Amino acid sequence: MPCPHHRPIARRISVIPAFTPPGRPLLEVENISVFRGERLVLDRVGFTLGAGDALLLTGPNGAGKSTLLRVLAGLHKPEGGHVLWSGVDALADRTQHAGRVAYLGHQDALKLGLTLRENLTLAARASGGNPDLCMESLNISGLADLPARMLSAGQKRRAALARVLLAQAPLWLLDEPSLGLDINTMGLLGTLFAAHRQAGGIVIATTHVPLPLPDARTHALPGLNESDIPQPLEDFPEDDLL
Amino acid sequence: MTLRIPALITAILERDLRLALRHGADTLGAVLFFILAGALFPLALGPSPELLRRMAPGIVWVCALLAALLPLDRLFGSELEDGSLDQLLMTGLPPSLIALAKMMAHWLTTGLPLLLAAGPLAIMLGMPTSSMVVLLTGLLLGTLILSLIGGMAASVVLGARRGGVLLPLLVLPLTTPALIFGAAALDAAQTGLSWGPDLELLGAFLAAALPLCPLAAGAGLRAAVE
Repeated sequence: MPCPHHRPIARRISVIPAFTPPGRPLLEVENISVFRGERLVLDRVGFTLGAGDALLLTGPNGAGKSTLLRVLAGLHKPEGGHVLWSGVDALADRTQHAGRVAYLGHQDALKLGLTLRENLTLAARASGGNPDLCMESLNISGLADLPARMLSAGQKRRAALARVLLAQAPLWLLDEPSLGLDINTMGLLGTLFAAHRQAGGIVIATTHVPLPLPDARTHALPGLNESDIPQPLEDFPEDDLL
Repeated sequence: MTLRIPALITAILERDLRLALRHGADTLGAVLFFILAGALFPLALGPSPELLRRMAPGIVWVCALLAALLPLDRLFGSELEDGSLDQLLMTGLPPSLIALAKMMAHWLTTGLPLLLAAGPLAIMLGMPTSSMVVLLTGLLLGTLILSLIGGMAASVVLGARRGGVLLPLLVLPLTTPALIFGAAALDAAQTGLSWGPDLELLGAFLAAALPLCPLAAGAGLRAAVE
């Protein structure tokens, strides 16, 4: 948990706006199916989440957790199924859907030549949020003017999380948010999750380790059946593939 | 959202210009290549002033075309590799406008320096100063066309294996009209003919590329993150 000399929690989480909870489930995911080449990665995945809910996506490597997050973010078009936001097809207008989503990918997406603050400028301009408050919430204010190349892996992850906060979006899609974080930051993350959910936001995270998300539901993706694993071809025409 | 579009485009431009300044060596590379390649011609063709003056328009144009290709590979490639492309798409800016902003950044960091270096190179090759205006006007339109078509091709080959090899094969044929009109305008100016129509055709080419290339590039960016 944060040290006593830091600002009180209430001050830190003030960057999170309140989202008005609608009458029906906020997010409905129906029968999402995704092919990767010949292989069915996601087979009719579905769940519904209301305002303030959290969902953990678990499953073995290659089960399609990241792919599902990318589908929900509107970055990957599924071969079948729907994503409904307040009853409206979210993937029909993916540019508009982007405004509802804060996406944390596997990579931190920081430009190493830019300072931390400069890295957050674009996200701040997109959402109208305050980057300084968000950096403060993740305890990286002191690093704001350092080039990203000088940051450690954990600090970069915190910067990427600051961008999630900065998006001020109701739907958080986090691909292994705990990657490289220390114990203190995990505590901080728990506080931020709680504040986001209290404000009516949704958290969906993939993880292999326990996350500070109390009473989060878990959706286990089954992963590969042995028979689904594509066998390598003898004379694979590699040069014809671009 | 509509109000935010210009602000977001400026933010992308600012970011790319800042990155270009921080990595100055990469940015200067294209211009240095342009000057060096142009300087090789007198060495290869012999120091005949008449021959060089005759060939100067073609040399400047071909070298500019090749130099503008150099940074295209990284234009979207670096964004895809570090995950920034995902975040760009998550800003809520339509993909075609993201592509347009990146193309503008390419012009500011490559096209504009080439334009500035073209004058000295042309003088070095002995091009008469009277045709300098035609050269620079033609190259202004030409470098804009190169950024648009190059950006489109870069987004189309994004994520493809050996995209770097494919890129010139895609860009060079598409930019031949610009090369033909641009060099023809200069030729006309040197022989005292009317060069207006050639530049107008170049302008028409730019007018067609301006809406079409970002649209195609936007689709390419969407496909690349799939």
